[in-house]
Amino acid sequence: MATQQDELLQQVTASEYKYGFVADIEEELAPVGLNEEIIHYIWERKGEPEWMLEWRLRAFRHWKTMQEPRWAKVTYPPIDYQAIRYYAAPKKRQVQSLDEVDPEIRRIFEKLGIPLEEQKLLAGVAVDAVLDSASVATTFKEKLAELGIIFCSMSEAIQQHPDLVQRYLGSVVPYTDNFFAALNSAVFSDGSFVYVPPGVRCPMELSTYFRINAARTGQFERTLIIADEGSYVSYLEGCTAPIRDENQLHAAVVELIALDGAEIKYSTVQNWYPGDREGRGGIYNFVTKRGICLGKESKISWTQVETGSAITWKYPSVILKGDGSVGEFYSVAVTNNYQQADTGTKMIHIGRHTRSRIVSKGIAAGRSNNTYRGLVRVLRGADYARNYTQCDSLLIGHTCGAHTFPYIEVLNPTAITEHEATTSKIGDDMLFYCRQRGISEEDAVALIVNGYCREVLLHLPMEFAVEAQKLLAISLEGSVG
Amino acid sequence: MDNILIIRNLRVAVEGKEILHGVDLEVRRGEVHAIMGPNGSGKSTLAAVLAGREGYDILEGEVLYNGMNLLEMEPEERARAGLFLAFQYPVEIPGVTMATFLRTALNEIRKARGQEPLDPIAFLKIARERMSWVGIDPEFLQRGVNESFSGGEKKRNEIFQLLLLEPQLAILDETDSGLDIDALKVVASGVNRMRSPERSFVVITHYQRLLNYIVPDVVHVLYDGRIVRSGGKELALQLEERGYDWLRAEGEELVLPSIS
Ligand SMILES: Nc1ncnc2c1ncn2[C@@H]1O[C@H](COP(=O)(O)OP(=O)(O)OP(=O)(O)O)[C@@H](O)[C@H]1O
Ligand SMILES: [Mg+2]
Repeated sequence: MATQQDELLQQVTASEYKYGFVADIEEELAPVGLNEEIIHYIWERKGEPEWMLEWRLRAFRHWKTMQEPRWAKVTYPPIDYQAIRYYAAPKKRQVQSLDEVDPEIRRIFEKLGIPLEEQKLLAGVAVDAVLDSASVATTFKEKLAELGIIFCSMSEAIQQHPDLVQRYLGSVVPYTDNFFAALNSAVFSDGSFVYVPPGVRCPMELSTYFRINAARTGQFERTLIIADEGSYVSYLEGCTAPIRDENQLHAAVVELIALDGAEIKYSTVQNWYPGDREGRGGIYNFVTKRGICLGKESKISWTQVETGSAITWKYPSVILKGDGSVGEFYSVAVTNNYQQADTGTKMIHIGRHTRSRIVSKGIAAGRSNNTYRGLVRVLRGADYARNYTQCDSLLIGHTCGAHTFPYIEVLNPTAITEHEATTSKIGDDMLFYCRQRGISEEDAVALIVNGYCREVLLHLPMEFAVEAQKLLAISLEGSVG
Repeated sequence: MDNILIIRNLRVAVEGKEILHGVDLEVRRGEVHAIMGPNGSGKSTLAAVLAGREGYDILEGEVLYNGMNLLEMEPEERARAGLFLAFQYPVEIPGVTMATFLRTALNEIRKARGQEPLDPIAFLKIARERMSWVGIDPEFLQRGVNESFSGGEKKRNEIFQLLLLEPQLAILDETDSGLDIDALKVVASGVNRMRSPERSFVVITHYQRLLNYIVPDVVHVLYDGRIVRSGGKELALQLEERGYDWLRAEGEELVLPSIS
């Protein structure tokens, strides 16, 4: 039986990264390294107002006093922050229509199957495509504008909506929060900004595709989403990146704010380059994602499908401040070869009758390590708070590891928390049953894994659920391709 | 060539222990063969080896399926070539819907037969029809494969898959055990509906009762890893009356030839 598993693993591990290619686009590059001059350079390049320079410098000065965190169950060589380039932008930018987009960029997007195409637009997807650090195309803006919805790049928001940005930027993830958040605050280049006015239901999924395209260019995205009273928005972030030998640092920050009765649904499909089969290369993904249910009866829901990156360090969290607010976290994390993922969530119950739900599915293959780390904290005033946590691990083969670290801190006696955890293997009997019905071993693994994750995938917007399923199959697939 | 299956002197060991001590069996196209025998005599082992489960050591012998060397084929190749096993203990695959699972399976098999794949709508139509033949509610298509099915539902589900995949050789491993009398009739009528000159069955059972409904052409007794006796359907009645002990002596020296 061990040999069968090994054979399967061989095949699974033989699959090469499908989206690995390098685009040839002229770029504008900052000098390598990080100091106050570089911060000035970024600020100047972006033509930002004075207050942003102050903001960035404050973050940078604080960052210099901080230590890189080492508590996660991941290991990697020390990162030389002075060897990283902190700014790169394609030279052509801010186009009005799709036709003006650099054909080379469009070709890449097509190869990736990214929906810059008419069909996809007709399907109701507005795309804010970020290539490296600068926005190159924004679509469907007018239609959104009619409803008063602001969906633009962070750079544009800083220029056009400074009041909103000043009020909310850093309000959920302050630069003091952690090492990578401080770094991001100092050097972030771009990202997305969304504001949905009171009572408006955003009629389409908003989506952004991030890519890393320049060697030794760190990617520091900054996203801010504000859902005003009684509004609703669903946002999808998806990533693919080309093959690189050197490790690349990615330290994004995402902040969500939901006011009274508002709902934000944030979905991620993450497929950064995971490194090769020997564990060389791949993205270091150190992300800080946090939402606050500021208003009563508000709701924030994170759904993530994480298949890429050499190292993932990511805990999308919800602060449940408003009474009766709801936080959700649905996660699938797949690791293969030498990938390491330490991911989970934090649910901080502050308001009364707040509820949270955590469903995590970790799938480990190859020599990878897959860790769930979660914190449920119920503060003193959170009467009748409720949490349900379920974290399941699936092992493929016997050279990988799955770990769970659920922390629960309850300071209110009326609160109820529930925790369930399982660890399972893809059994030979399951595989044999599938094969006896004519399904190949490889397809059977994909089928079983997709079934295992179904509960989470169901929370993704329809069209992306299909994409995510393919991605799961690709990241675990064998000899095909 | 009339034989769909020829087993010659098949000796099989599991974890170093010999279970099948030289099985010979020939099944002609269109025939129904019943295999009976006491617990642990090797019936499921034989079925598993035919379907290609791993973990069995073939010590000796050969198996021809439609003239092909069956033992050299991957399990999925055997399935695509029309060999079907209704499992004694069907496994649960949580979260994988019956619809997804069976459409994938059916389309693989159709591909092997040179047929076009079925789209979801065409698939649903045929699936619903076949489910009605064995009295399974169509809503089961949206449930996980065997997930939380009752024992009887699992068995019916195996027969439903048989009806859907339309194999050339179906091996039923104790599909009748644990069924109430109504379910037994449903299962039997499903099988009878599929009987044709082109399709053969190997029905493993402990109970003569099933054979009242699925009337076999030949009955074999597998005893301690050997087929010790073969006969017509009246052999099943004899076994019901007398048990297996009277065959023990025969098991040692006397092996009757198949009457087929
Ligand atoms: N994986 C295994 N490891 C060790 N022994 C095994 C294994 N599989 C089967 N056996 C043994 O082989 C013998 C035959 O088992 P098998 O399941 O084929 O019997 P059977 O005729 O189907 O019995 P039943 O009527 O109870 O279903 C039994 O003694 C069983 O314990
Ligand atoms: Mg058995």
